[in-house]
Amino acid sequence: MTDTDRQEALSRYRIKIQPGRILIWTLLFIGGIVMITPLLFMFSTSLKPASDVYDLRLIPAHPTLSNYVAVLTSTGFVRWFFNSMLVAVSVTCSNVFFDSLVGYTLAKFRFRGRRFIFLAILSTLMIPTEMLVIPWYLMSANFGWLDTYWGIMFPGMMTGFGTFLMRQFFEGVPDDFMEAARVDGMNEFVIWWKIAMPLVAPALSALAIFTFLGNWTAFFWPLIVTTSSELYTLPVGLSSFAVEAAIQWEMIMTGAALATIPTLLVFLLFQRYIVRGVMLAGVKG
Amino acid sequence: MKKALLLAGLLSGFSLPAFTAAQAVEIEYWQYIYETRVNAMDQLIKNFEAANPDITVKQVTFPYADYQTRIVAANMAGKGPDVMQLFYGWLDKFVAGGLLQPLGKEAFPHDKIEADFFPIVTAMQRDGEYYGLPTAVRSLALFYNKKLFADSGLDPANPPKTLDELVAASKVIAKHDDAGNMLTEGMTMDMSGQDHHWWREVLVRQFGGEPYTDDYRTVKYDSEAGAKALSFYTDLQLKEKVGQIGFMDEGQAAFRAGKAGMTIDGTFRLGSFKQIKDFEWGVAELPANADGYQSNYSSYFANGIGAKVKGEKLEAAEKFLAYVTSPEAMKIWLDVVGELPAKREVALTDENTANPIYGPFLKGLADAHTTLFVDEAAQRQTAMDMANRVLINGQTPEESVAEAAKQEQKIIDDAM
Amino acid sequence: MPSTVQTSKGAAQGRPEGGGFTDRFSMRTKRLFWVWTFLALPVLFYSVIRFYPTIDAFRLSLTDWNLMNKPKFIGFENYAKLFSDPKFWQVFRNTFAYLILGTPISLLISFTVAFALDRIRFGHSFIRALYFLPFLTTAAAMAWVWRWFYQPAPIGVINDLLSSFGLMQQPFLRSTSQALPSIMVTAIWAGLGFQIIIFMAGLRAIPSTFYEAARIDGLGEWAILKKITLPLLKPTTIFLVVMSSIGFLRIFDQVYNMTTNDPGGPLGSTKPLVLMIYQSAFSSYQMGYAAAQTVVLFLILLAISLLQLWILRDKK
Repeated sequence: MTDTDRQEALSRYRIKIQPGRILIWTLLFIGGIVMITPLLFMFSTSLKPASDVYDLRLIPAHPTLSNYVAVLTSTGFVRWFFNSMLVAVSVTCSNVFFDSLVGYTLAKFRFRGRRFIFLAILSTLMIPTEMLVIPWYLMSANFGWLDTYWGIMFPGMMTGFGTFLMRQFFEGVPDDFMEAARVDGMNEFVIWWKIAMPLVAPALSALAIFTFLGNWTAFFWPLIVTTSSELYTLPVGLSSFAVEAAIQWEMIMTGAALATIPTLLVFLLFQRYIVRGVMLAGVKG
Repeated sequence: MKKALLLAGLLSGFSLPAFTAAQAVEIEYWQYIYETRVNAMDQLIKNFEAANPDITVKQVTFPYADYQTRIVAANMAGKGPDVMQLFYGWLDKFVAGGLLQPLGKEAFPHDKIEADFFPIVTAMQRDGEYYGLPTAVRSLALFYNKKLFADSGLDPANPPKTLDELVAASKVIAKHDDAGNMLTEGMTMDMSGQDHHWWREVLVRQFGGEPYTDDYRTVKYDSEAGAKALSFYTDLQLKEKVGQIGFMDEGQAAFRAGKAGMTIDGTFRLGSFKQIKDFEWGVAELPANADGYQSNYSSYFANGIGAKVKGEKLEAAEKFLAYVTSPEAMKIWLDVVGELPAKREVALTDENTANPIYGPFLKGLADAHTTLFVDEAAQRQTAMDMANRVLINGQTPEESVAEAAKQEQKIIDDAM
Repeated sequence: MPSTVQTSKGAAQGRPEGGGFTDRFSMRTKRLFWVWTFLALPVLFYSVIRFYPTIDAFRLSLTDWNLMNKPKFIGFENYAKLFSDPKFWQVFRNTFAYLILGTPISLLISFTVAFALDRIRFGHSFIRALYFLPFLTTAAAMAWVWRWFYQPAPIGVINDLLSSFGLMQQPFLRSTSQALPSIMVTAIWAGLGFQIIIFMAGLRAIPSTFYEAARIDGLGEWAILKKITLPLLKPTTIFLVVMSSIGFLRIFDQVYNMTTNDPGGPLGSTKPLVLMIYQSAFSSYQMGYAAAQTVVLFLILLAISLLQLWILRDKK
């Protein structure tokens, strides 16, 4: 959304009187500060030496990075970070590819069984993953997937939500583009990849953001399927570290901060795209 | 059995072809991954192989969380370990699942086992047969903060010896602010830690009761003694105000932070407490009751022989088992892992009992009991809920103990 | 591939109409070939990873499988055991408490914030970012931050604040009545940013002509809100109610991490269904029993989704 859009959108409220606005603004601002208070305290405590943990001032009296050094060197944190990144990126790529391929096929081709497949995929949205974890666990044990990267990733390689979302967007793409490409003799895969995909780029970014965030923060299944510390994802590693660290709060806060920093950085860089992506997914999905 | 076959495939990665001399017998030893335990076992295997050149032992390890499942899965695939380490609490499940064979009476005569080992070894006995023997055992002791003792005018060289002294010392150490909020605990309270063992096997007995029948199949703490033991525990918070469940989140965290005078914990906590730099701490035996009666809780990992092992492999497995439960192996285990020797003569040497840290733990072993859990997490939960009902909901100890006994009995019955 | 196939603009349905019959036939075959090439792997994936496990969950729920034995069919015994277990009903109540308290509170707050934020120009994206940031955090990590916040003094931030105002300390996670709301707050906190953004998208989508017409009719702000904004936001609201309800029914990460030393405690007062499932399956190894619980969760989710759609549609 551009600034002119926003001004236009806001112009309808121009008749509002100023003092009321200032009050609203102030209340909103205070609410916003309350919202990030946990984050502020998390970062603040992560910068305090162990002896200052019970000093609850927000600004550390003796700021130090030693907790970060300790967490990064003496725990599997770097490995967990890498695992989470690998899992989240792989699953995101798979979703962007397959969900849009299936969404496209369902939106743009007429064939027998199309409606059935669409409804079948849609119906998976009604099945909570919690119901599937026990069969998945059994399956993973049988196929030797327990405690492997594939074991962490396989349940999410395609999602009904992503497929549904992409289908909605592809429905809005005029057929003319594809037809023109067919006339040029392109094969259907190239048409999809080269012609259709760029037209839904905003939707793809929305899908990518959601999938990445979902997998980056995923806890339940990775907790079940991983057993060795080398395979933990960041949330699972953090949780086990917090228990094993025997409630040393400065260490736990440092770990939590390290898990949070990457997504915050990405958000600060791409705020506008991310917010737009969330809106898109929310409105269409 | 398709699953079992698939699991066999999963596990076949471990049956690497043996490159050893053709006549040598190779046996597999399984345990879970814990660095010092693996190192100690490597050392034991090296010594054993030097003494028995015709036997090779391969150590196979799995993450702890996965360990039990792996043994069960491998057995279904007909491919289990020859010698395995198992937690004493798994014995019923393992015997019922046909995973273990009873130890041969020639190689391991019962009278010798009972004479040499601490009495807790009977937890490995079922229907007159022993199914495993431990190398090392763990027990509980009282950790105390010497600095807080000194600051409160108590003698750091003279920790409490009885329950009354424990309460008295706690009261001196505990500090509150004007509003009554706890600042320093005299004694930690944490049923989710080791306190549930302390309550079951120590306090209940010290107040004149029995926690279970001898076979641990019937809960017996629903008695006056049980209620007294519980009110002793909950009074630490409600009446004496020397402890508070949840203070600093966990008892051991409060102790580490120097905000608790005393805590009850096991040998396995030594490593973590050794990192404490801000104050000195000491270890004492668990306090006795007014009559001087002492008790303790002990747990251990035992070594057993796989059900399907026979012939020369069985012979080799027996030899190996005899070695890992020999005095020599126990000494190595104590040095490398820090766990207490399971045999009296090795444990109770003058040197060990005089050791200010190991001494109190070792002395506790003589009076130790080993609870036969069917589902440790669930049974611990009943103990936590029992205390919480009194502390949070204000139920009377009598009612709470009765309810806990009913719940725990159900867990035991369901598992049988 | 005949490169001279004529296509007409009549392909609105996406079906190219070729010149001759054979061309058309081969076109159709070719396209069908592509369709099933595209769908082959996904169909396999959904069959093996989604549908088969769904059926398997029902099957396992009728067995006594405990990881150590061969699963044996025992009929509805697991369900009978579940429904006669008072602990399950406590868990059931807890799960609904998360939902019934959490969803309205979070929607009310998020709508209020979105409504107000929509009228703010100065520092708009900055303030929006403040509310949105928690959505990007990892629940398992932030649960520990909140757990620390809720500690009793001297380490708990909230209790420290309370006592500095001379107020009573609160037990929070150590209380059977406060623990569940305390955990729920963290879930509301994390989800608020998402709901605000969606509400704002919904508000922006309302054409400004509606408001202008209303003002000409002399409607006040309150009447506009009631007569125009809220009814037009209905689709957005339905979406958020469903999303938020499902989220609360499946709450796990926060509870697991905030109550590690007494899972779902104290006295089971915070335990949601998913935690009970996790404990039954992966702590007590009662896989069949746990599978029965997952089926119950599925049925609850199904019923809730259908019920909400029905209620919201009828109200009009």
